[in-house]
Amino acid sequence: MSAHALRGSAAIVGVAESDELGKLPHKSSLALHMEAAHNALADAGLKKSDVDAVFTSGRNMASDVPEYLGIRPRFVGGTQVGGCSFILHVEHAMAAIHAGLCDVALITHGESGASRIAMPAPRWGDDSTNSQFEIVWGTAGPPTGYGMLATRHMHQYGTTKTQMAEVAVATRKWAAMNPKAYARDPLTVADVLGSRMIAWPFNLLDCCLVTDGGGAAVVTSAARARDCAKAPAYVLGAGSCTTHQMVSQMPNYDRWDAAEVSGARAFAMAGVRPADIDVAEFYDAFTITPILALEALGFCGRGEGGPFVSGQRTAPGGDFPMNTNGGGLSYTHTGMYGIFTIIEAVRQLRGECGPRQVAGARTAVCHGTGGIWSAAATMIVSRDQP
Amino acid sequence: MADTTYMGPIPKPTPETRPYWEAAKQRRLVFQACDDCGARYFYPRPLCPGCLSRAVRWVEASGRARLHTFVINHRPPRNYPVAGPFVIGMVELEEGPRMMSHIVEVAADPQALQCDMPLEVVFEDITPEITLAKFRPRATA
Repeated sequence: MSAHALRGSAAIVGVAESDELGKLPHKSSLALHMEAAHNALADAGLKKSDVDAVFTSGRNMASDVPEYLGIRPRFVGGTQVGGCSFILHVEHAMAAIHAGLCDVALITHGESGASRIAMPAPRWGDDSTNSQFEIVWGTAGPPTGYGMLATRHMHQYGTTKTQMAEVAVATRKWAAMNPKAYARDPLTVADVLGSRMIAWPFNLLDCCLVTDGGGAAVVTSAARARDCAKAPAYVLGAGSCTTHQMVSQMPNYDRWDAAEVSGARAFAMAGVRPADIDVAEFYDAFTITPILALEALGFCGRGEGGPFVSGQRTAPGGDFPMNTNGGGLSYTHTGMYGIFTIIEAVRQLRGECGPRQVAGARTAVCHGTGGIWSAAATMIVSRDQP
Repeated sequence: MADTTYMGPIPKPTPETRPYWEAAKQRRLVFQACDDCGARYFYPRPLCPGCLSRAVRWVEASGRARLHTFVINHRPPRNYPVAGPFVIGMVELEEGPRMMSHIVEVAADPQALQCDMPLEVVFEDITPEITLAKFRPRATA
């Protein structure tokens, strides 16, 4: 098989969060985009004038963000499929750069998820399909939606709430080593199982945080990447897929179809296998989410994700380092978390992670969910150019 | 009798979904089927989501179903007329299509619920225009 034309053709050369993460009632969502963009360009050693493409997500954001940042992009991407959109943006940016449509792509995220400063109204119209066929049932958004798969998975494969809680506990141990993480106190399985019930099978500590913050990444060609400030993270492969919008239209509740597609495409483009991955950054909207990512991406078989995460296998010192920043469960979760998987993966490949650094990390996978298991995007990055 | 002071979200039909809501008002549960590819689907759409054929028709369901999966919501939305916890299920009609609904006349307790348990439809008027199709456990012979 010949190498995919896009394999390693682009690299991520700058990553950063906004100046602060957490509860930030003094900052609007667009200000968070702007801070993150500034910081990511500085990380890359590039100037705003180098940027000729902007990718972002959220209602109106593809025009709001370039205006706010004072950029006139010649290529713009506003694909909005939920939290994984930013991983998908890397795929699209790579294709655009390879095609010669742009040279330096800035991907930004900013969300006042907790404080709700200058956020679009979240409500669906009464005549939307969501309102007619889901909201009428008193759904509570992601907790009731993600739980539909969790319950069926428990029924079909024997996955347990204890196995799910292991994810929260392991992720908290990573967060304890990240000074930027929001929740850093030690956590036990009993704490998770004893926390307030939100929507069975999810207790409070099965659910991600709700915070404010921003993140950004800068993508350019592999050739130009060599002139940037820090070691490039070459994008070996990327893939994305969307199967539904409402969880009631999900094709199957015992597997994650969109992620099986995005993962297969990303690994095929990259020419690597799951066994080649040194560190995994998976969007953990709920404790069940990375369990399904492990299955869908082929780190284990369907139904084997619960046993896979048992015994703190994904914790520091375990043999599968996962969500080393502390994840959406303990580090930050602004609403659309995907950008933060990219930031942490690149830092791990550069060796910038201090006490939580995974020794010898050369190849990482980023994977995210969008909507309610609706979309998936996967990306493989490496410090080695193919 | 319909409660005209229903405080919850009230669905507003579109031209494409109105036949479903009209049928529900008459205590009939309907879905759509495609004469070209055989797909049976819910929610209502004017062309088949399987093959984009226009040869779609309405079919009346038996009302018998199974509980494919469920969650128990302990945090109802503000002003929601049902107190938590309550059961939101993905119901699989015996004809095939799946729909979200409430599972009623059963304890909102994971011990009382089982994936694949048999269900049957029950109707509840929430306004003079809108009737909801809910499901309750069904005794099997």
